Amino acid sequence: MQVSREEILHIAKLANLNLKEEEVDTYILHLQDILNFANIVNNAPIDGLKETIGAQDTYNVFRKDEIKQSPATKQELLQNAPEQQEGMFKIPKVIN
Amino acid sequence: MDIIELTVHELIEKLKNKEITREEIVNAYSNRINEKEADVQAFVTICENVQKQLAQVEQKQIKSELAGIPIGIKDNICTKGIKTTCSSKMLENFIAPYDATVMNKINAEGMINFGKLNMDEFAMGASTEYSYFKKTKNPWNLNRVPGGSSGGSAAAVAAGMVPWALGSDTGGSIRQPASFCGIVGLKPTYGLVSRYGLVAFASSLDQIGTLTKDVEDAAILLNVIAGHDEMDTTSANREKVDYTKSLKKDIKGLRIGVPKEYFGDGINPEVKNAIEKVIAKYKELGAIVEECSLDIADYALATYYIIACAEASSNLGRFDGIRYGYRTKNFENLKDIYRNSRSEGFGSEVKRRIILGTYVLSSGYYDAYYKKAQQVRTLVKNEFAKNFEKYDVLLTPTAPNVAFEIGTKSNNPLEMYLADICTVSINIAGLPGISVPCGVNSEEMPIGFQLIGNHFAEETILNAAYAYEKESKFRENYKPQFKK
Repeated sequence: MQVSREEILHIAKLANLNLKEEEVDTYILHLQDILNFANIVNNAPIDGLKETIGAQDTYNVFRKDEIKQSPATKQELLQNAPEQQEGMFKIPKVIN
Repeated sequence: MDIIELTVHELIEKLKNKEITREEIVNAYSNRINEKEADVQAFVTICENVQKQLAQVEQKQIKSELAGIPIGIKDNICTKGIKTTCSSKMLENFIAPYDATVMNKINAEGMINFGKLNMDEFAMGASTEYSYFKKTKNPWNLNRVPGGSSGGSAAAVAAGMVPWALGSDTGGSIRQPASFCGIVGLKPTYGLVSRYGLVAFASSLDQIGTLTKDVEDAAILLNVIAGHDEMDTTSANREKVDYTKSLKKDIKGLRIGVPKEYFGDGINPEVKNAIEKVIAKYKELGAIVEECSLDIADYALATYYIIACAEASSNLGRFDGIRYGYRTKNFENLKDIYRNSRSEGFGSEVKRRIILGTYVLSSGYYDAYYKKAQQVRTLVKNEFAKNFEKYDVLLTPTAPNVAFEIGTKSNNPLEMYLADICTVSINIAGLPGISVPCGVNSEEMPIGFQLIGNHFAEETILNAAYAYEKESKFRENYKPQFKK
């Protein structure tokens, strides 16, 4: 399978990444290489096999919906925010 | 007696007999870090407050025999008040507001956290060269990689800078560096150890485990960290086991399967030779060793990179420059913040995997790759299950080669991925695996072998590993030389 330049740029957009011109070229090469290898899965004897989504078969594990004390204070939760104001995360204006 | 040469169970014994004090242990390791860190570069953050931590342990009169024992923590496990960087620019200044469940357990025992250990960025790599901060060196030869992604943890234990450490293993990230550094690395069954507070890479494969000097220490540390946790819905609810209890059992009659596919062309002859000696030793000890077939290694590796990258592309979506992590200075609107923060904050390997993951999940390719990979996952599980009907453990090399020279693989991602060929299938199936050192090659670089057990059969693989280790006396015969 051939990965095109447009495809890489589309994927990067979906992943919220900007790629520099030279990065696009390297990523095309690497992705091509890895996908060629990954194509092995298309030769695996998997007819009729179900998909496995996790290492275990557990399903819908719930805990009680109880209000508990947070292990961290509001200040601690905000301490890593790049920008904050009056106890809130600050972001640029969203609606013009 | 040199304190830093002792295992943790030896330290415990000497503390009990009042031959040494906790203060002497803490001082010995502090001095060792001062002496060796410049060469090895294992730490992202060194905790400067170890004396204060010890004073608090003494003051609280914690009764555990592990009180005062030093430990190192891989830098993707959240530690309240201490930076957790994942060796990424994205989290360079991130201070977790809470402790991971494993840290709560470590702290309850009164262990002393000596610091946070280097890794490949977000645990993506097999050499620790993809760390944003530094390249960790292999204590056996400082021109070589320590393996990865838990390379800092493995190197720190091998260099005697901590007596043991925690790591995480998504496709071999504990076992392969343990093998490269001549120590013991245990990846428990998926679900045995809580992942709460482990920064997620591939949630269905990630598991926290131990890097230790010997097998008995692995059992002791697993006793501390294993157990159900309601904060992790994939955590298994099982009765507590004392993993040290079954270590010394006779292994006569133990059924060991040796999958022939793991000894093919890709395996270095010296590695193969060393593993053959291990097999001979097990026969001597009375185990029943048979060749078997597990023809899934290539499928498993391809499946691993599809599933791991798909999950990573979703997990790493949370890094958007809003609530925590790196934020770009270059923005006019919200979309710019997302894009530019991620583009500037992630390193090249992380971006490569996000792109691969996004690709295999995107419409048009989902069926060809992701869905197929999940079906192969079933195949891998079935093949293992078939073998565990006949055998108690499976034995393979941990890695096809010994530690390679720094810089020789970092430009070829596919070649780097192939270093994981022996380990990834265990994560795909959620099984436990342990790497045990079994000798050195002609360049005096350590070689490790891997024992794989059935789900939750940690006692069996620890028992088998212990029986071999007692005979082989690796630690008595070989020591890292810090060759330059």
